[in-house]
Amino acid sequence: MPQDHTAQALETEELVPPAEPHAAHDTKKVETQADLSAEIQAIGNRYAQAVKDGKGPETMPRLDYAPYRSSILRHPTKSLHHADPETIELYSPAFGHQDVHALESDLTIQHNGEPQGERIIVAGRVLDGDGRPVAGQLVEIWQANASGRYIHKRDQHPAPLDPNFTGVGRCITGADGSYSFTTIKPGAYPWKNHLNAWRPAHIHFSMFGSEFTQRIVTQMYFPGDQLFPLDPIYQSIVDQDARDRLVAQYDHELTSPEWALGYKWDIILTGSKRTWTENEAYGDAGDEE
Amino acid sequence: MSKLAPTPGQTVGPFYGYALPFNMDNELLAPGSPGSIRLQGTVYDGAGNTIPDAILEIWQPDSEGNIVQRTGSLVRDGYTFTGWGRGAVGNSGVYTFTTVNPGPLKAGAAPFISVAVFARGLMNRLFTRVYLPENEEALANDPLLSSLDPERRKTLIARRDPDGGLTWDIRLQGGDETVFLDFQQDGSLDLASGDQATP
Repeated sequence: MPQDHTAQALETEELVPPAEPHAAHDTKKVETQADLSAEIQAIGNRYAQAVKDGKGPETMPRLDYAPYRSSILRHPTKSLHHADPETIELYSPAFGHQDVHALESDLTIQHNGEPQGERIIVAGRVLDGDGRPVAGQLVEIWQANASGRYIHKRDQHPAPLDPNFTGVGRCITGADGSYSFTTIKPGAYPWKNHLNAWRPAHIHFSMFGSEFTQRIVTQMYFPGDQLFPLDPIYQSIVDQDARDRLVAQYDHELTSPEWALGYKWDIILTGSKRTWTENEAYGDAGDEE
Repeated sequence: MSKLAPTPGQTVGPFYGYALPFNMDNELLAPGSPGSIRLQGTVYDGAGNTIPDAILEIWQPDSEGNIVQRTGSLVRDGYTFTGWGRGAVGNSGVYTFTTVNPGPLKAGAAPFISVAVFARGLMNRLFTRVYLPENEEALANDPLLSSLDPERRKTLIARRDPDGGLTWDIRLQGGDETVFLDFQQDGSLDLASGDQATP
């Protein structure tokens, strides 16, 4: 399991660059949240107008989203080139219980003591664009601890590390595409995109679909976060409905009495291209159709 | 069946390093074992600087062109070829994989390795392919390569190293920007042009 050697590996990690480049701050006046919010607002307004003029809704983040300063030199400037997937791209690598131990889905039991913070359960299903469950596939998560600190040397935020929390989990989806993690609610944390920049609390998710074309890495957020309008990464998805798809819902049915609060979040992968056999399409759980 | 709206991607961020890498993640087979080759390259940004915080995944058929559906990528036994690997770049932006030359998916097809690119500052993963440089005829007939002009086409073809390995660099932006792929063609991914007026 990854957590056993992580702490030592970090101690010996070679020199690493700072979390964000400072160049933007060196050559001009310090950029404030007000500056960034004005940019975010302007892009949002232009998108709203485009939709009003008949443009279809955008479902993905903008690759070119200047308010996230690190994206400026890291986005393709040419249009993505349409390609019909070849057969290898219509399959996904296979993962199974050889790869992931069942206990890796509980991030609160990886050390000798209980981690600090609010214990939560995050659960949901991984589905393809037609609603078919993605069974037996790998889900990976990583996150900051309750005080907003990652166990990563590049995170220099002066908030306490928690010796009982690494913040890494994995699981394999069930026959119905379901996943479930027990963890600690992560804290918000500051970053250096601009002066007084704070990321809303989030959990990083990595998922495989039934096809390599469905590969996704994203971030799950918590409902009602006041930092949403201020965050260039969340706002890089310019469509409100699309942004909302990254926000988990509090679910009292999922809450475990006297133990942990429950959050539900389903992941919908991009549509599949493959012609499915009946067994693959309906999985073990069957289907009403 | 009605299509459900897809969940948006987000950047992998700067802190994946203690979570996504795992032991032998970039060794699809053991270095030095028969048939093994090194695939390596450097990831660059639009200013030509190397990117020290990118992570790649490769997915490929075996040397016969068979698509492998075997588990065990995360806990490698040193013998099972799973076809999938993950490799974070080092501080100088260089990645390496140990793998095999992929075989053609069908007779006469140009063999390639499928690649997903993740990086801090990259809002969503990018897909691309790296083709083996041999067999000009197969390359000329490849549906993707033949749809590209020569300057762009060459960004998808690896160089063969003297030791039998492959070198292939990735440029996220610029004149010699790598060709990145959209498999969906539903309009939702046509976002590279960013915040511009409706075409």
